[in-house]
Amino acid sequence: MVVRELELDLDAFEGPFDLLLTLILKEELDLADVDVAGIVVRFVERLAEREELDLDACGEFLVLVAALLELKARGLFEDEAAELADLEPEEAAEELARRLAEYRRMKEAAGWLSERLAEERDRFFRVGPAPLAPQPERKLAPQEPEQLAEVIRLLAKEPPAVSLNHMALRFPPVTQFVERFRALLRRRSRFDFDSELGGLSRAEQAVAFLALLELRRADEITISQAAPFAPIRVARVGEESAAADERTLAWNARSA
Amino acid sequence: MERPLRLVTANPLDQLARTLEALLVVASAPLPVEELVAAADDDRERVEMALGLLSERYREGRSGIVLEQVAGGWAFRASRDAAEACGRLFERPVQRGISQASLETLAIVAYLGPVTRPEIARIRGVAADSAVAGLVERGLIAEAGRDDGVGGAVKYRTTPMFERVFGLESLSQLPRLDDLAGDVDELRERLHAVAEQRSA
Repeated sequence: MVVRELELDLDAFEGPFDLLLTLILKEELDLADVDVAGIVVRFVERLAEREELDLDACGEFLVLVAALLELKARGLFEDEAAELADLEPEEAAEELARRLAEYRRMKEAAGWLSERLAEERDRFFRVGPAPLAPQPERKLAPQEPEQLAEVIRLLAKEPPAVSLNHMALRFPPVTQFVERFRALLRRRSRFDFDSELGGLSRAEQAVAFLALLELRRADEITISQAAPFAPIRVARVGEESAAADERTLAWNARSA
Repeated sequence: MERPLRLVTANPLDQLARTLEALLVVASAPLPVEELVAAADDDRERVEMALGLLSERYREGRSGIVLEQVAGGWAFRASRDAAEACGRLFERPVQRGISQASLETLAIVAYLGPVTRPEIARIRGVAADSAVAGLVERGLIAEAGRDDGVGGAVKYRTTPMFERVFGLESLSQLPRLDDLAGDVDELRERLHAVAEQRSA
């Protein structure tokens, strides 16, 4: 992308950037009328149209626009020459003399500093970062030595061994309970699940319950529970129907 | 021996002087009296007397360490006798010479500071940007706020380092501006002569 060939369409000017620069330098076009932001927008648009970033063009453009802006700024603000031009020749002469005097004094002062620096050349002193600021004091609460010893003694003691009992869950095989329930039901027609297994661990009770479900699936038993959390009653198949008959009868009797 | 021989009279300020000595040797910048008073936890008058005692002890020609009043405080420096040896091991704070432009800029900042770059440029008649940047880099001047208003120019003033490098107790030790030859009478006459020709 060639910056100088950038086509511009501004209020004050239409044509390539190159021509705009020429006209401004020849003072045929007043820079104050030129919208520099418009030039920048046009350039950025052109840049966006292209896929790759042309750094050379960007650099060249930056330099040219910076120069334009500086020229424009100078043109917009009255410079010192203009200030002086407004003055009468006598006043201008006085103003110039005043400024020269001011500068001359500063030049003298610079000379004094230069001499001083040469005289003081042999000064060596510590130069460095400031030392650290004091840390705020942290006060500890008053301590009893005996109490401290007590606490340390606690720490020094061997801690109790961690119990792993809960990890050693033993699950007896489901078949063990299946056999047990079958044997039970050979002797009795029905039994109460909770009272039969009350002394067992939770894990064993859970396995026993699985055995119960297994037997129910095989249609060997019937299970009944009067209400949630009520004792689970287990009966041999056949026995249960007798019980159901009883209930039906009772229902008939009551509803009759 | 009938009477005890007393060669050394214990000065009541000795303990305080030792404390001040310690503070000054740790410091990396001149310590104002107020700071010494606060750190030593003593009264000002006694601190000043102790500093007088130390100044005598650490004076040029008596010790390799010299106690001086500089940049609004008290600081140790090396004695001038030792400068050559110091120069072999350490760099001077302003090792390389300062250009004429920088010295003029430094003078303007020292006398008129806080002062902005445009103001410096106005007096010198040329842009002061690089001279100001160089002096900031050397630590001789530093930013000191901005001009009032939106986008106000940065103001600059000289640093304690400047006073130290130039061996000034404070900026008031600079020669008075009125005493510096701002003598442009001859030039003024010539300017007025030109002006008369113009208006004639």
